[in-house]
Amino acid sequence: MGHSNIVLYEEEYQQIKTILGRLNQEANARVVFLVDKNGQQIAACGEIENLDTTSLASLTAGNVAATDGLAKLIGEKEFSILFHEGERDNIHISLVGKRVILVIIFDERSSLGLVRLRVKRASIELERVFDTIVKKVEMERQAQETGTASPFAEITDEDIDNLFSS
Amino acid sequence: MTFINYASREINCKIVYYGPGLGGKTTNIQYIYDTTNSDSKGKLISLATETDRTLFFDFLPLDLGTIRGFKTRFHLYTVPGQVFYDASRKLILKGVDGIVFVADSQDERMDANIESISNLKINLVENGFDISAIPYVLQLNKRDLPNITNIDEMVKELKVQDEPIFEAVAIKGIGVMETLKAVAKQVIMELKRGGK
Ligand SMILES: Nc1nc2c(ncn2[C@@H]2O[C@H](COP(=O)(O)OP(=O)(O)OP(=O)(O)O)[C@@H](O)[C@H]2O)c(=O)[nH]1
Ligand SMILES: [Mg+2]
Repeated sequence: MGHSNIVLYEEEYQQIKTILGRLNQEANARVVFLVDKNGQQIAACGEIENLDTTSLASLTAGNVAATDGLAKLIGEKEFSILFHEGERDNIHISLVGKRVILVIIFDERSSLGLVRLRVKRASIELERVFDTIVKKVEMERQAQETGTASPFAEITDEDIDNLFSS
Repeated sequence: MTFINYASREINCKIVYYGPGLGGKTTNIQYIYDTTNSDSKGKLISLATETDRTLFFDFLPLDLGTIRGFKTRFHLYTVPGQVFYDASRKLILKGVDGIVFVADSQDERMDANIESISNLKINLVENGFDISAIPYVLQLNKRDLPNITNIDEMVKELKVQDEPIFEAVAIKGIGVMETLKAVAKQVIMELKRGGK
């Protein structure tokens, strides 16, 4: 059905963290984070200690999904950037490739122009990483078909029952 | 679309509660939220109208423990059941791993149940899924009320194929965890099979 799972490996995860870290610094942002379109958080960076990033991820994805729906209604392919301006903080949301959402939260120490500029470069780099991931997942799938075991092949009924016992 | 993170050793799965308006989808998630201990749940987000009808979705992240060294996290969503929110329902089904259909047992809601299942089938197809291939559980809710359709008839009308079926009284929590567990189990078995 073509719904391949998203898989994130250590190597690409570190690359993503590096790109986000640099973006956070160069854009003078408070928070930079990456969500997939289904609301799963991929990576975050910056002042995230007091931030509910799981909720943020789900609401961002909902927001993008609703906006995508609006775009289709009026015959647009998509709105590639969303921007919400607050009294203190602003949120800049943009799409990376087709399935990932990049979110930047920034205050008066930065500006929309600067954020836009930095996002552009980071997006290109991120897209490259996600291309690699897609290739790896494809290779992994082929390996599985030829019999190489995935760590989940051994899951037992007991494993599953244990999940609910705590 | 399960999200597997080898770096942080996490698996994230998405479960969607579907069904007719006022059937008890939000009540299911609310009960799960109320009875789960605080270190294994996140915030419950409800995007609702002033009269507590779901407007866009409810969202509850739930940590169920570890499996083969991977932290297993379920993201529970409900859709808005009212007929005219169809565009939103479609969006929420994106990337779904498993579905709970919450049917309303009251006689006068039987047509609404049937209509909602047929709407689910259509919206799944539009998202590239097939109801007979995706992890799926049927819950017959509101069994505490007097004016309800008997089980055999509900099963006959609503059963898709050989899905697990649970009777429930969601406001009292009866059948709620059993339902969740049944769908979670199917989702994980799917993972074991190596996805689609
Ligand atoms: N008697 C009884 N009432 C229930 C039960 N489950 C839910 N309710 C009530 O039914 C009403 C609707 O429940 P919700 O959970 O909000 O329904 P929903 O499916 O989320 O509805 P939408 O958001 O409009 O799609 C509430 O007043 C609940 O208290 C049940 O098992 N028995
Ligand atoms: Mg609701």
